Amino acid sequence: MSSVALVPSPPVAESPARVALRRFLTHRSAMLGLLLCLLFVVMAVAAPLISPVSPTATDWSAIRQPPSWAHWMGTDEIGRDELARVIFGARASLLAGVVSVLIAAVIGVPAGLAAGFARGKADAALSRIVDAMLAIPFLVLAIALAAFLGPNLRNAMIAIGITTAPIFMRVARGATMDVMTHDYIEAARAVGNRPWRVAVRHVMPNIFPPILVQGTLSIATSIIAEASLSFLGLGEQPPTPAWGSMLNAAQQFLTQAPWLAIFPGAAIFLTVLGFNLVGDGLRDALDPR
Amino acid sequence: MRGYLGSRLAQVLPTLFLVSIIVFGLQQLMPGDPALTIAGESAGDPQLVAQIRNELMLNRPIPVQYLHWLGDLLHGNLGYSWRLQEPVAALVAQKLPVTAQLAVMAFFFAVIIGVPMGILSAVKRNTAWDWLANGIGLFGLSIPTFWLGIVMILVVSVWLGWLPPSGYVPLAQNWVRSLATTVMPAFVLGNAIAAILMRHTRSAMLVALGQDYVRTARAKGLPERVVVLRHALRNALIPVVTLGGLQLGTLLSGAVLTEQVFSVPGFGKLVVDAVFNRDYPVIQGVVLVTALLYVVLNLLTDLLYLLINPRMRQG
Repeated sequence: MSSVALVPSPPVAESPARVALRRFLTHRSAMLGLLLCLLFVVMAVAAPLISPVSPTATDWSAIRQPPSWAHWMGTDEIGRDELARVIFGARASLLAGVVSVLIAAVIGVPAGLAAGFARGKADAALSRIVDAMLAIPFLVLAIALAAFLGPNLRNAMIAIGITTAPIFMRVARGATMDVMTHDYIEAARAVGNRPWRVAVRHVMPNIFPPILVQGTLSIATSIIAEASLSFLGLGEQPPTPAWGSMLNAAQQFLTQAPWLAIFPGAAIFLTVLGFNLVGDGLRDALDPR
Repeated sequence: MRGYLGSRLAQVLPTLFLVSIIVFGLQQLMPGDPALTIAGESAGDPQLVAQIRNELMLNRPIPVQYLHWLGDLLHGNLGYSWRLQEPVAALVAQKLPVTAQLAVMAFFFAVIIGVPMGILSAVKRNTAWDWLANGIGLFGLSIPTFWLGIVMILVVSVWLGWLPPSGYVPLAQNWVRSLATTVMPAFVLGNAIAAILMRHTRSAMLVALGQDYVRTARAKGLPERVVVLRHALRNALIPVVTLGGLQLGTLLSGAVLTEQVFSVPGFGKLVVDAVFNRDYPVIQGVVLVTALLYVVLNLLTDLLYLLINPRMRQG
């Protein structure tokens, strides 16, 4: 029977990911933001279950009714329940927020990684393209793209995604250039890894934190952009509800039915606030400087 | 300094060239035949469609079309509005002063709100003031410009009756009424930039307040007000000035929606009306001029940075 030496084991160092997670979970405003985001995500996913009526059902006997027990957020100009429309409107906004950011990340991250990794002429060429795209104000370019592509939610998402891509490219490029200075990249090269393997296996996982932060903050800006495009008639088309188009319609009845202008706008504001709080919390957790 | 200027100018030209390709490329995204879109209700007339196609060189290869378009552009010809039957350049020149007035006022609001809030937040770090300033900043970043505009019309114009809800009076015609019609849209437009300025002033001030020269100023017994305003703020404002110049994009993006909400006949309204009427040359013209303005202003901001930062001037 062998004896076991009772030597206390050295304390195990917490991994950076765990430290960041703990910091994030104790960040009060980030938790508030997460709660807001979850609320709207649940609202969008479970819309048919929680909505009192169909968002397109009209009731000609209840036109522009103020908020009441029967209609918590009132009714619109053709008697549709405003609460049902706000609940279903979350779908277009969240879908646009997430899909646009995915499009932007799929275009921008590989381009930024390639530019930061290869440097030289490829970097210079990609950076000039990014400069040119960023020279056109975000919403102006998104409006122009959506106008030329045609007015619908899919095209609005493509327009916002393309317009957001240069930001991801810049973030990925900067992060890659930072990661490239570390010893573990030198080591990965020294043991004979091919460049693409170094980029994908060693650089990519380490540029993830700033991209995650940018992604969360970009969801917030994409939601505002989608609402802006649908406000201008370039997003989700009626009768499908979208918060932006609901606000556009509400403008005509500002004196008779002010509630129509309050609830969809408050929904956009709270959703965007939620993602901004989560983004700020993630940034504090991942980069406590 | 000359070398720096030269390299900045050398960067601007390829950027503008690429912008021109993006703007020209927009019309290639148009679904279907552009000649049929332009012909509108007369799309059934093959002679007219062929004539449009010929005039716009749509039957030529895309690179030839681009070179022709670029040639026109270099002669100041931004195209012709399909709907208004006016040169786009003239329309832009007509609308730009309105947006410029709005932008200057918006910037004024952004600075008088954002900079003091950033200073207060940094000086009173981790106090209720800091929380309040950060909260207002986050509010400014999260609220959609067009919704803030609608709510302000509802409260200030409809309920309180203090200001007109929409419209525009040129400054030269009646400055009092001009200010009355633009103060609300300018505030709405300045709100988002105030939030950005607040955040950047706060972080720049926090860096400056931790520097040795601030400690020295305090050690000399200078009053805190002098330390903050004369020593810390002067240095903290350098990056803030640069950032302010870069906010033109935010300003022009915001102007599109703000002008729509308040019916201000400026640059933003021009592009929105063009979108509604599928007046593609106007959309292209506005995008191009916006990018040009942005690039030029960026360059001017860099020059301003050179002027206010002696270290860069010497370098």
